[in-house]
Amino acid sequence: MLAYVIRRLFATIAVMAVVAFFVFSLLYLTPGDPAAVIAGDAATSDDIKRIRANLGLDEPFLVRFGGWVWALLQGDLGVSIFTNLPVTHLIGQRVEPTLALTLCTLLVSVLVAVPLGVLAAARAGSWSDRAVMAFSVLGFSLPVFVFAYILITVFSIELRWLPVQGYRNFAENSFWDWLRHLILPSIALGTVYIALIARITRASMLDVLAQDYIRTAQAKGLAPAPVLVGHALKNAAIPIMTIIGIGIALLISGAIVTETVFAIPGIGRLTVDAILRRDYPVIQGVTLLFSAIYVVINLLVDLSYMLFDPRIRF
Amino acid sequence: MTAVTTLPAPVSTSPTLRQFKEAFRRHPTAIVGGIVLLLMILLALLAPWLGTVDPQAVTPIKRLKQPSAEFWFGTDMLGRDVYSRVVYGARVSLSIGIAVAFFSILVGLSIGLVTGYLRWLDAVVMRVMDGLMSIPPVLLAISLMALTRASIENVIIAITLAEVPRVVRLVRSLVLTLREQPYVEAAVAAGTSLPRILVRHILPNTTAPLLVQGTYICASAMITEAILSFIGAGTPPNIPSWGNIMAEARSLFQIAGYLIFFPGVCLSLTVLAVNLLGDGMRDALDPRLARRM
Repeated sequence: MLAYVIRRLFATIAVMAVVAFFVFSLLYLTPGDPAAVIAGDAATSDDIKRIRANLGLDEPFLVRFGGWVWALLQGDLGVSIFTNLPVTHLIGQRVEPTLALTLCTLLVSVLVAVPLGVLAAARAGSWSDRAVMAFSVLGFSLPVFVFAYILITVFSIELRWLPVQGYRNFAENSFWDWLRHLILPSIALGTVYIALIARITRASMLDVLAQDYIRTAQAKGLAPAPVLVGHALKNAAIPIMTIIGIGIALLISGAIVTETVFAIPGIGRLTVDAILRRDYPVIQGVTLLFSAIYVVINLLVDLSYMLFDPRIRF
Repeated sequence: MTAVTTLPAPVSTSPTLRQFKEAFRRHPTAIVGGIVLLLMILLALLAPWLGTVDPQAVTPIKRLKQPSAEFWFGTDMLGRDVYSRVVYGARVSLSIGIAVAFFSILVGLSIGLVTGYLRWLDAVVMRVMDGLMSIPPVLLAISLMALTRASIENVIIAITLAEVPRVVRLVRSLVLTLREQPYVEAAVAAGTSLPRILVRHILPNTTAPLLVQGTYICASAMITEAILSFIGAGTPPNIPSWGNIMAEARSLFQIAGYLIFFPGVCLSLTVLAVNLLGDGMRDALDPRLARRM
């Protein structure tokens, strides 16, 4: 088992190395010469050359990649071209709203999607099953921002129940004020995630429900609910866990759009601002960070299988 | 296709017309999807003859008019006719969706076929694919778009690169199963050359799953294009794509919601149609999965 954990850890490091190499290549290919920018308008070509040498920009590709990774391991993601602040600092300022939004969405999505999927599987073929499946197809087809604008129109502009935009930080505002600014963004962001999880939960449950031990449990007179949750869901958990992990990619992509629509000052908004300003180090820093989070979450999901299924012994 | 159906292949996944008919009868929604998609394609092709005006024609005096008999979908902040822009926008979204599906299948298929057969290459290529797959697709496309100037070709390349790793994984897993099949072993024993085995025996059996995968890629590419354009990293602003029309309406949303509504509905309808078609095809081609999904 320990061997498996170590093997997975090494595989993760390999994956992150590929990601780092890719991101660095993008940075390397970035148009424009940072040395010329730093030197300013009055610089001679000798000045620029000296600055290039100082910054190590005249080194070969692999040497620069090595230096960049070394800095990265010490938590240095470079400096923003536009604000001249360290990228880690810029990201640090924006972590809270994004974390609040994604965690809120994750929690709500799992709490809604898994019961929906279980219900659909338990009543396969019924109208409630069809409704869940129809919702799932719709959820896949409705772009995050289109749904977000529909929600704003209905609940903020027409009914005036919830704020149109904005974010309240957790520390300085009441819990309710913080929460009500997250309700619509979380619903908009969560829909496609719910669709995905509900679909896989249903499929996984149908597989398990067809097995003999479920019939045995029913035959010995267990009530339907304990059979569904205790016997079936527990054994259907692995594909569901997997898709929750993989779906994080959807959450991350969606958060960028959701934060733009709802004017939430998170990492997604930082990314969009960076695109408009062509602030490459910020874009690459965010790409690297989100990929790392995605990879680590999926590593944890993989390792958690050992807890869910004692049959898995590596 | 005919070459495959005459082979006594035990796991041939090649689609037959009968399977399609059967699945579409069980899934009337797939037919609805097909019809909607066809209408959208017609809309895109016949754009100049559908009562549209120049989608770029600016009439400042008539800006931000609500939908009316004169302007069916209203006008935007430069006085451009939104109906014309949405109809022409169908061209952009559909061609990007179809181009990305085509190129990512083409590239993914080529890489997948070769890596599934050459073990030494497999390890290296798959690590690279794993790495690319762990970058969320929209972010991957954003970082590529940030490097280059905005153009439709670059949007297609960026989204294709984000989709390719998934196709490679699919093709590779298919190849790994297919190469163990008795008829492939028979071909090897008969001294058939590797390229011929790949083209004659492996390739035809990947068409069905790839057809399904292709429709899903098309749907997701159209959404990704809209997202990229919406946040300003996609199709150049002077081209009326659905994402661009909505991006320009971002700040005007509260006074001119129709600017988001019409392109949004068209985009969602088209993506829904493609997804329904994909679900129908998957059921036609993989009856085992059909019962579950």
